[in-house]
Amino acid sequence: MAQIGNYALLLALALSAYSFVAGIFAIITSGEMSERVGETARRAGIVVFVCVLLAAVALVTAAFRNDFSIAYIFHHSNRDLPAPYKFAVLWSGQEGSLLFWSLLLAGYGFVLRLRYKTDPRLFAYASVVMAGVQIFFLLLVNIAANPFGLIDGPTRTDGSGLNALLQYPEMVIHPPMLYLGYVGFTVPFAFALGALIMKYPGEKWIRITRRWTMVTWAFLTCGVFLGSHWAYYVLGWGGYWGWDPVENASLMPWLVGTAFLHSVMMQEKRGMLKVWNMWLVFGTFWLAILGTFLTRSGIISSVHAFAQSSIGTWFAYFLALTFAVFVFFFVKNKDHLRSEHRLESLISRESSFLFNNLLFLLLTLDVLWGTWFPKISELVQGNKVTVGAPFYNRVAVPVALFLLLLTALGPLLAWRKTSFESLKRNFKWPMILSVAVALFVMFTPQSWGSIFGMRPWKDISYFYSLMTIFLSSLVAFTVASEFYRGGRVISEKTGQGMFASIVQLTHRNTRRYGGYIVHIGVVLVMIGFSGSAFNQEKEMEMGYGDKMDIGSYQLVCRSYTQDDNANQFTEWAILDVYQNGNKIGSMTPQRIVYHASNQPSTKPDIRSNFKEDLYLVYEGQNDKGQPVIKAHVNPMVIWIWIGAWVMIVGTGLGLVESAPAPVTVRAPRVLGRATPAAPVVTGD
Amino acid sequence: MAMMCVVVFTLSGAGDPASRFTEVGHQLMCVCGCGQILLECNHVGCPSSDGMRNELMAAIGRGDSDSLVEQTFVQKYGPTVLAAPTTAGFDRAAWIMPFVAMVLGFGIVVLVVRAWKNRPEPAIADGLHPSAGAELEQFREQARKETDL
Repeated sequence: MAQIGNYALLLALALSAYSFVAGIFAIITSGEMSERVGETARRAGIVVFVCVLLAAVALVTAAFRNDFSIAYIFHHSNRDLPAPYKFAVLWSGQEGSLLFWSLLLAGYGFVLRLRYKTDPRLFAYASVVMAGVQIFFLLLVNIAANPFGLIDGPTRTDGSGLNALLQYPEMVIHPPMLYLGYVGFTVPFAFALGALIMKYPGEKWIRITRRWTMVTWAFLTCGVFLGSHWAYYVLGWGGYWGWDPVENASLMPWLVGTAFLHSVMMQEKRGMLKVWNMWLVFGTFWLAILGTFLTRSGIISSVHAFAQSSIGTWFAYFLALTFAVFVFFFVKNKDHLRSEHRLESLISRESSFLFNNLLFLLLTLDVLWGTWFPKISELVQGNKVTVGAPFYNRVAVPVALFLLLLTALGPLLAWRKTSFESLKRNFKWPMILSVAVALFVMFTPQSWGSIFGMRPWKDISYFYSLMTIFLSSLVAFTVASEFYRGGRVISEKTGQGMFASIVQLTHRNTRRYGGYIVHIGVVLVMIGFSGSAFNQEKEMEMGYGDKMDIGSYQLVCRSYTQDDNANQFTEWAILDVYQNGNKIGSMTPQRIVYHASNQPSTKPDIRSNFKEDLYLVYEGQNDKGQPVIKAHVNPMVIWIWIGAWVMIVGTGLGLVESAPAPVTVRAPRVLGRATPAAPVVTGD
Repeated sequence: MAMMCVVVFTLSGAGDPASRFTEVGHQLMCVCGCGQILLECNHVGCPSSDGMRNELMAAIGRGDSDSLVEQTFVQKYGPTVLAAPTTAGFDRAAWIMPFVAMVLGFGIVVLVVRAWKNRPEPAIADGLHPSAGAELEQFREQARKETDL
């Protein structure tokens, strides 16, 4: 297996290099020879995918065959590892995950090269850029982090096992999603750089890459939320986001990518922000690579960075090289990126996009600064400092709230110019209803639930939560009003019911209304976040029959026991849960020790409903052998996961082709009488 | 939003004595290397967090101020025990930089908007009279409705 894998990777590197060099030759020359060479470059790029796929299959096969002569398999697998996790071995360590990255990149390149007929010349440029990035990752897996390296000394009979924290079903899908997101941003970057180099006329490249960008963004969104869900369900500290450098690394390209998805509309519709969009595409790609650099170089300490090595230098050079190449072509061809229109008014959709981009970028800078500050502090004053949640909560939360305000305002602003009157008219009811919601949440008795009775003057976190609820309501009501107004117009024209009209409206402009659904998803996520101000927690040693009260729950320890199998040793407590005197169920938080790695981990038990989560952690045992139980009541958490799904659904809807709208064309007026309007369906 | 800034500024220093343990405990890190906030550290057999929590409880019981508690922890465990940079020395840069970036960012956007607004309008062919005022607004509203843009 090791030999097959090694040869496949070497061949892939050689073919990538050929695809890159031959691709450049075909671009800079002309004639029949040039075309033929270009075609071989394209085909070589396609075969790269086959070779890297072969290498990945070889590695997974080695995991299934327990081939512990391969060092990577020895360190990340063992005989009794359940089958699904043998697949996860591919991305659970440094070398394997770089191979997986190469595979995904080759996969994207494969699809790109198959679809070259859309615009052969632009695709040829993009293909060369993709090949350049591919060479870097193949150099890594061939030289610096070879997954097929053999173990020193005699072959072991069993492996060290997979990291305990990774033995969770979500881990089988979280990294692939995240990587699909990271790697996928190479495609819009490749098109952008290609368009910049060849001075591509018009905005066609933006339209070509729109779907790529949206799909990639959806993968990254999925990856980020799956990671968050995994942290909540596996790490057992009761939270879902710890502002860890590795979490931040995934957030930064997501933020810049989101900014790009917004500002790209200005280029498509108004021919503006061309320079800005070029930098946003580059920034997203660059931050995705920077995130990988952070995770793997060990330059910044993180609880997640389980794959550290000396490959940081390679990434540093690659980051510098891509920056230099991009800046060179930008400076050379920036005249090509002149804006076509002027801004007519500050109260317009254009300026809302500008401020939206500014806020996304500020958030990114805050996160980047916070992530790097410990290192900067060490360089400047000789000692490290910690930059944790309190910093980000103070710095990033206000910016996020401003962003939420813009999310509410943006859809109500027209392109070019909006009058105050129009803004007032459209904003009146959403504002009244949102204020009513905020007042309701503020003055309702706390006995109604954890999030009610938010007195903002009591604590800054309550204030932020109330603002979040208020602004989220504002976004939701403005989106609802947009659907209602559009639906009403169609309903009046066609005589259909409101629901059918709204469905038709959405179908006519899936991108716009899909976007609104994504905004609703964001609102739900933000409402979920707002509940964190009301989290409660309690810890107790619990013998038989001992009781713990938390929130509206009472926990009674019924029993505690343990179990042992080939893969793991487990101990757990059985707790009966009562609410208002009625038993509502039993919960079993666990602690697991995996034999192969001898690593302990907790497996919390979570009882979730729309109002709150009851989250129990088995922390360990006291001297008497009784379990130590930590209980959390976390309000509104489920809305984060629902919101994430809604965001994905909205993105999916945005990818659906819009239906052509019937356009009413008036026939010429005959003297003395009006001719009825004739509906004509156009393809526009 | 202006009100928001005022409230944030006013409440930032507020503290309920009853919840001080939770509040200060969330400003400190566990020093075992898990990288978690002191009150959130839950890993099995942590050698540090229990002792640190007891020290924190004792300090609050003695009536030590928040800053004194933090100083005591810094002296014992080093500056990384604080979950966020302080507002002294070079640490101040951590807090100032986001603010500077925000001011600069808004300044740049305002400049860009002004520059774009001041660009000359495209020339209009002779004999054409562009719509303006209420009529223009009406056309725009109509176009927006009909094109869904």
